[in-house]
Amino acid sequence: MPRYFTDEHEWIDVEGSTATVGITDYAQEQLGDIVFVELPQVGTTLEQGGDAAVVESVKAASDVYSPIDGKVIEVNEDLEEDPALVNTDADEGGWFFKMTVADASQFEGLMDAKAYKAFCDSL
Amino acid sequence: MSEDTEIEDLPLEALPLDAWHRAQGARMVPFAGYEMPIQYEGIVAEHNWTRENAGLFDVSHMGQLLLSGPGVDAAVEAVLPIDLATLKVGSQRYSLLLDENGGVLDDLMVSRQADALYLVVNGACKWDDIGHLREHLPDEITLNHLDNRALLALQGPKASAALARHAQGGPDLATLTFMKFANYVLGGHDAWIARAGYTGEDGFEISIPAYAAEEIATLLCGEPEVKPIGLGARDSLRLEAGLPLYGHDLSPETSPIEAGLIFGINKRRRSAGGYPGAERINREIAEGTQRKWVGLKLDGRMPAREGAEVFADDTMVGTVTSGGFSPTLGQPIAMAYVDAAYAANGTELEIAVRGKRLPAAVSPMPFVPHNYYRGS
Repeated sequence: MPRYFTDEHEWIDVEGSTATVGITDYAQEQLGDIVFVELPQVGTTLEQGGDAAVVESVKAASDVYSPIDGKVIEVNEDLEEDPALVNTDADEGGWFFKMTVADASQFEGLMDAKAYKAFCDSL
Repeated sequence: MSEDTEIEDLPLEALPLDAWHRAQGARMVPFAGYEMPIQYEGIVAEHNWTRENAGLFDVSHMGQLLLSGPGVDAAVEAVLPIDLATLKVGSQRYSLLLDENGGVLDDLMVSRQADALYLVVNGACKWDDIGHLREHLPDEITLNHLDNRALLALQGPKASAALARHAQGGPDLATLTFMKFANYVLGGHDAWIARAGYTGEDGFEISIPAYAAEEIATLLCGEPEVKPIGLGARDSLRLEAGLPLYGHDLSPETSPIEAGLIFGINKRRRSAGGYPGAERINREIAEGTQRKWVGLKLDGRMPAREGAEVFADDTMVGTVTSGGFSPTLGQPIAMAYVDAAYAANGTELEIAVRGKRLPAAVSPMPFVPHNYYRGS
């Protein structure tokens, strides 16, 4: 199951025609204590680079963008009760939403793990 | 993912403790023209540590000013609504720098030293304050900007125990009650210590020579009760304590009476006037204001931030000036100016955030009780 990364610090796991989206460990570390995650409604159509979710840390609100085009098919309801899951398990249990893959060619513009690590090291 | 960042025009300056903060693992951000620590281990952990133990804050970006010269009291009373006749040596008082309209230019602390008045003003306003004071004070008043001094705040229920192990050459800390001020020797260096702060907890603000800042910060953080705390927790702590932040809750567009800061207009000055904006302020004291600054407690977990609009049904009745998540209460809290008709405690309102309406109730401030030391 390949994982891609955006330069806005989202990750996306691709599984056939659907994908799971979250924010990276680097991102949660930068945001600090997360107190609320506003997730998209199931059924919402997302555009690559468009607003998808909002993360509220103690200090600020930050936008999360959709890595690709597609439709939201499921959201992580655990985040409602325990938004800090994004801090403790950003890469797995702190996932945000699942979506359809409208255009698989969009993955070509994203980074793989190695490229993303080099990108973070350059910041 | 993106975060709003402030645009800074001028190159950022380093504070005396810059290298020390970095060595403690701080994340540094631009603030008031300086690079400052926003957090070390995390805002919530630092917030809770300060409420339960003691936190050391570097507030050296704030302006420390000394005013002296013949007739300094009368000269300062022409600029500030303070009654200096009742400010004794060793006492500190909150005051306000007002414009001719009674709008707030800054809020500040004034302490009386033996031969001078010592002012602590906000970092983001200090250059404007200095210009304003120099313009409005007569030439024979000396204004000395103490940019060779650092300022630390030690805050929390265990601050006194930690500081008592090192503060020498001054009155017993047990006699230094809230808003008192005295000179000490701390780690071998002269230190001006006020029992005051910006967290709602017992604590101290400690003015020291800049060259001694690293040594004294290390000394205090060597105490088991003390950890360094960043600006992030400073903001969440002051929010819970119901204390206004200049540039957000106070500005030239707000009057101290709207903000509930009537205690900043000392009693003699309310009737006598003779300070900038006295006409409006006296009128507002007599007649009340159209809007009032209030606390709001929100339902749910989604915070409302500065700028969010406040509604009573379909009518917009106010604007949020500060807001965030209270780690102590485990819920979002906010401060807002609202129409006076909606300012009573318990009034149910709504705050608009990203197209949603968040239910909120007007709440007394502080949100978390103050824990000031007023003597045993």
